[in-house]
Amino acid sequence: MLKYTKDHEWLRMDGDVATVGITPYAQEKLGDLVYVELPKVGTTFTAGAAAATVESVKAASEVYAPVGGEIVAVNDKVVAEPGLVNAQPTGDGWLFRMKVGNAAEVNALLDELAYKVLTE
Amino acid sequence: MSEAESNVALRHTPLHAMHLRLGARMVPFAGYDMPVQYVPGVLKEHLHTRSAAGLFDVSHMGQIALRARSGRVEDAARALEALVPADVLGLGIGRQRYTLFTNDAGGVLDDLMVSNRGDHLLLVVNAARKASDEAHLRERLSERCTVEPLTERALVALQGPRAEEVLSALVPDVRAMRFMDVRAMAVMGEPCVISRSGYTGEDGFEIGIAAPAAEALCETLLRHAAVAPIGLGARDSLRLEAGLCLYGCDLDETTTPVEAALEWTIPAVRRTGGARAGGFAGAETILQQLAHGAPRRRVGLRPEGRAPVRCGAELYAAEGDPAALGRVTSGGFGVSLNAPIAMAYVPTAHSTTDTRLYAEVRGKRLPILVFPMPFVPTRYKRSPA
Repeated sequence: MLKYTKDHEWLRMDGDVATVGITPYAQEKLGDLVYVELPKVGTTFTAGAAAATVESVKAASEVYAPVGGEIVAVNDKVVAEPGLVNAQPTGDGWLFRMKVGNAAEVNALLDELAYKVLTE
Repeated sequence: MSEAESNVALRHTPLHAMHLRLGARMVPFAGYDMPVQYVPGVLKEHLHTRSAAGLFDVSHMGQIALRARSGRVEDAARALEALVPADVLGLGIGRQRYTLFTNDAGGVLDDLMVSNRGDHLLLVVNAARKASDEAHLRERLSERCTVEPLTERALVALQGPRAEEVLSALVPDVRAMRFMDVRAMAVMGEPCVISRSGYTGEDGFEIGIAAPAAEALCETLLRHAAVAPIGLGARDSLRLEAGLCLYGCDLDETTTPVEAALEWTIPAVRRTGGARAGGFAGAETILQQLAHGAPRRRVGLRPEGRAPVRCGAELYAAEGDPAALGRVTSGGFGVSLNAPIAMAYVPTAHSTTDTRLYAEVRGKRLPILVFPMPFVPTRYKRSPA
């Protein structure tokens, strides 16, 4: 079950670790990505803080931490091959994993239906 | 693009319906609703243009006929020389040249193409500047010339290594044209003005055609397997790789032709000591800078890392310097180079190739090298086959 933000990140929980990426809608709007910048493992972000950057030929976009927490892993594959984010945004194109501080923040995110309504 | 811009009524080019049918993503650009990309996207469109042929709708640009009231094209050329630092009088019939409208301070009002059509001059100017260019021409030249915007004409560009093969299947005579030639030719029975030029660094053509006939021409071109429609996104990345300026970013009313590294557009005949030296707006400043240099210069830049450095990024001589020495005016990703590239204005002392500067991106100082332009070799066809 994915959760979503209004800024077009998705989040998938596994225990207290959240995997985060950008939504299929976001990658389609951004177009072909050519550069991905990820945070350092160990960095802590509050919900809504800029945690990563994805860039297309035309523009740079911030990716915000959907919830507060500490970065525990980043996906080096998308740094080497940014197009993976376009090809599999909710799969191999994930960006980072964070240890969630407050589970209530996850519950407050959009569910699939609410996000679908947002993007239609 | 801003919200405000998207709220005003956008104009349509004669090819608007075709863009929608082709699945383009439309954006506001210079007051027009224009395709930024089609289904394949910017990366594929860029590479397609470099490897085959790309079709661009550039009908938003201004096409202006400048005619001398005397009827003699040389009188129109002589008049236009008061506004541009080019040798217009020496422009042969059927030839085109790149030049600049300058202001009285030596800044650039617009960049344009001018061609000698035999009985008049044809100017192609930027979409965002066409209204002010027309007003400028009328204000300065009305006594001697008429200024006619060709509003019922479309303009399409066919660019890339297979452009000649594609267009010559319809018009065999284009094979004989060389870079910057302009010819009136019938295409599918429709009178067109074809120039061998473009904005990608590739060989190619720009075709001026009556608006109602433009779509049929494009549909025919697109039926060729080598041709794909290309949006403004790839148009920008292609021109940046070719080292070509975008007005409003790399050129504006505060940049002089010398600062912009466009001295090559000013021939000896218009320089100090030439037969028609000066006599154009801003000549005093521009001739002085030609002789003694300008304080700053437009340069190409290549970031040492992978992060794109974009328009507006400040440049520093050293990683810890408090004061910026320059600013990026165009920046993005060179798709054919598979590396980020940029253009900037820097002090002339810092403008030599391989000078290392630092660009500030999201609070970090990233090393970036002054790099010769064009970033990719141009493939203009300078001599006929």
